[in-house]
Amino acid sequence: MLKALIQSTFVALAGAFLIACGSANQEEVVNVYTHRHYEADQQLFDMFTEATGIKVNVVSASADELIQKLELEGPNSPADVLITVDAGRLYRAQTKDLLQAVSSDVLNSNIPAKFREPAGNWFGLTYRARILAYSVDRVSPEELSSYEALTEENWKGRVLTRSSENIYNQSLLASVIAHKGSEGAAEWASGLLANMARVPKGSDRDQVKAVASGEGDVAIVNTYYIGIMLNDANEEERKAAEKVGIFFPNQDDRGTHINISGAGVTKYAPNKDNAIKLLEFLSSKDAQEFLANINFEYPVNPAAAFSEQLLKWGTFKADDINLSVLGENNSEAVVIFDKVGWK
Amino acid sequence: MELVKRTYYWWNKWTGYSLLILLLVATPLLTIFFKIFDSPGDSWKHISETLLWGYFQNTVFILIGVAFFTFLLGVSTAWLVSNYEFPGRKYFEWLLILPLSFPGYIMAYTYVGLLSYTGPIQSFLRNNFDITFKGPLIDLMNLPGTIFILSVTLFPYVFLISRTSFLQQSKSLQEASFLLGSNRFQTFFKVALPMARPAIVGGIALASMEVLNDYGTVKYFGVNTFTTGIFRSWFSLGDSTTAIYLAAILMIFVFTILYLESWQRGNRQYASLKGTHKPTVRLEPTKPKQFLYTSICLVIFLVSFLIPFFQILHWVSMTYQKVINQDFFLLIYRSFTLAAITGVVIVILSVILLYTLRLSPFKWIKNITKISTLGYAIPGAVIAVGIMIPFLAFDKWVYNTFLTAKTAGLFLSGTLFALVFAYVVRFMAVGYNPVESGFQKIGIHVNEASRLLGSRSTKTLFKIDLPLIKNSLVSGVLLVFVDVLKELPLTLILRPFNYQTLATKTFDMATNEMIAESSNAALIIILTGIIPIILLNRLINKKIG
Repeated sequence: MLKALIQSTFVALAGAFLIACGSANQEEVVNVYTHRHYEADQQLFDMFTEATGIKVNVVSASADELIQKLELEGPNSPADVLITVDAGRLYRAQTKDLLQAVSSDVLNSNIPAKFREPAGNWFGLTYRARILAYSVDRVSPEELSSYEALTEENWKGRVLTRSSENIYNQSLLASVIAHKGSEGAAEWASGLLANMARVPKGSDRDQVKAVASGEGDVAIVNTYYIGIMLNDANEEERKAAEKVGIFFPNQDDRGTHINISGAGVTKYAPNKDNAIKLLEFLSSKDAQEFLANINFEYPVNPAAAFSEQLLKWGTFKADDINLSVLGENNSEAVVIFDKVGWK
Repeated sequence: MELVKRTYYWWNKWTGYSLLILLLVATPLLTIFFKIFDSPGDSWKHISETLLWGYFQNTVFILIGVAFFTFLLGVSTAWLVSNYEFPGRKYFEWLLILPLSFPGYIMAYTYVGLLSYTGPIQSFLRNNFDITFKGPLIDLMNLPGTIFILSVTLFPYVFLISRTSFLQQSKSLQEASFLLGSNRFQTFFKVALPMARPAIVGGIALASMEVLNDYGTVKYFGVNTFTTGIFRSWFSLGDSTTAIYLAAILMIFVFTILYLESWQRGNRQYASLKGTHKPTVRLEPTKPKQFLYTSICLVIFLVSFLIPFFQILHWVSMTYQKVINQDFFLLIYRSFTLAAITGVVIVILSVILLYTLRLSPFKWIKNITKISTLGYAIPGAVIAVGIMIPFLAFDKWVYNTFLTAKTAGLFLSGTLFALVFAYVVRFMAVGYNPVESGFQKIGIHVNEASRLLGSRSTKTLFKIDLPLIKNSLVSGVLLVFVDVLKELPLTLILRPFNYQTLATKTFDMATNEMIAESSNAALIIILTGIIPIILLNRLINKKIG
């Protein structure tokens, strides 16, 4: 009987794993590796399944983990689509030869060229701006102008931002490298570090709270975090977000630094056609408006309307640099951060 | 006296099963051992020159700090509840174990939220008295903060073990100490504490293993340790060899602690001799002293459990409408089935191993069976790395050898099998120990009687042994169940497609700055964790009487 018990355990385990693999062969699926943890994403995938009958399987983990998983799995990888935030990471996946170039008229018409990798290795789906969140009590918007101006003497002890380990800051510095060169970028990074109110730490939301609590006066953060905070279930989070104003820097020169959340078809995608269909769906007007309404990010599809919150913040001039450059300059940015001592 | 010279054959089907199980359970360690001889990866130079010393310092600092504070909190409270009578004592006996139900990472999120600018304390002060602070009330996102969080979640290990030890100590020795003129204080340091030392150090060693295993807390606080280093080199730098090197160094820590623990214990046993064990007579101190003792226990309980627990309830009340839906129940269902399957598998394997032991007179079988329980000391990230590598290699081999057509999916890696396998390696000891004590309690004679009457070994197991140790089997499954539910680093690395557990969901939401939302899953983990704690406490009380 023990033998039977052992056998049945093995059968059960084998069964479980056959179901896990076997289902792939029977119905139309698309396997997604995603770093985007929006609750709205699952709703979007459900809408996609409803419209096309293609089932969406999702593995969510950090981008680094997913890229590593893709590398390890190589040609055996079940993944069809890699979704992540920040162009720097998509670029990394591309240089590791994990993505393939696809061409689709729908994608090309839905997504403006500046949000696409030229060969079609990856496509932006939403974009966000890295803006200055200032204290409405202690700063007037006239005092603000650009990222560079924050290195001036009068901001000493007033600037807040998160650690350099975060890719949002790495990409921001990568864009500064592109515009000002390595030396200019190092100068900016060390100048900003000298003006910081505290050692860089915490999340973007923590920076906003630090402005609200008076630890500093101006923080460099992504737009959607403020949107999320303004709509938080916790009244105190909402009140903290109301204490900051939003300023789009560098309107007189290159424009505000933006970045994307985006996706690419993986190199060995077993369901390539479905993968392209999913990307087409995600870039469609309806899906874009749906996401923008929930998530406070800007839709890349020009046909999609801005949400109420985005309209309130107003339009702005965005840095038009090709987003691939952020990836190309990434490692140099990391070295500069280490060199100037930005933790 | 033996009349017949008996000949035993060491090989039978039971030893066969057992050796196979042992080999499988040892897989991750063997992987790491063999991979150390690979030449270092690209990022080893970078890591060893710039980060390794920091990993080392932080890990050692946290270990020492947590050892100190778990000792302080655990031993002092254990001494109070086992030697004095004061209001609430009976309740504190089990209330002070409750913090064990909090995984460290959840405690970390909760405290950061509690003390933050938008947390309840600061909001209250700000809105009612216009008192404002710059930044968090106390900044926990640093080394001392890590030590605080891990200490308040892990001190119950020391509390539990030293309480048991204090209660089992012979009262006559303490009485002798009083008669010779020592006061309570001196008796504690000169008699009770030295006698309880092996147990206390054992408890601290257990807490240290949990410290080395922690990933969620140190990751959230931005404190770099060997565990975060393994994740970083494996995932950020894409260098599995460097991850193996770091895992190997981490294992040196583990073995050092295990060695120190067994060295200090030596052959000494300080349990009371049979017959001299008298029921505990608790002293009734003066009223002010009683008040002091109650306050000490109360404050520790509030800080280590009740306050963070209420914070979580508060968050749940704010967010449950948004979070609790069909997906949430699916999450619970999946986590629970995964934990239950693991619990059952571990108990079955433990029964096979221990039954082999029961039937065999060979000492070496007993010794190598111990290997199976080693996993509890191995950090989850190390096990995950040690399993991923051979599984991926196996998958590659299968694909290259047998399959020509391209099929989606991998065979072993990225399946539930890999995850359950890893859990079994990690938590074998948790299920093994109760089964072992169950077998010990019923003795061997019932088994021998059945065999003499002509039943075969398998039949005897099912008809005699297993029904007798039913309770031990159930508690084995239950204890494993709770540990699997809390497990984070290993699950993060090995979980398959479409698979979130309560723990990974909590972690994901918290790292995405949705801590209030994450508390719904956290609450389920904590509530489930409380059940076996209460059972465990009943068990101890029953044993000691």
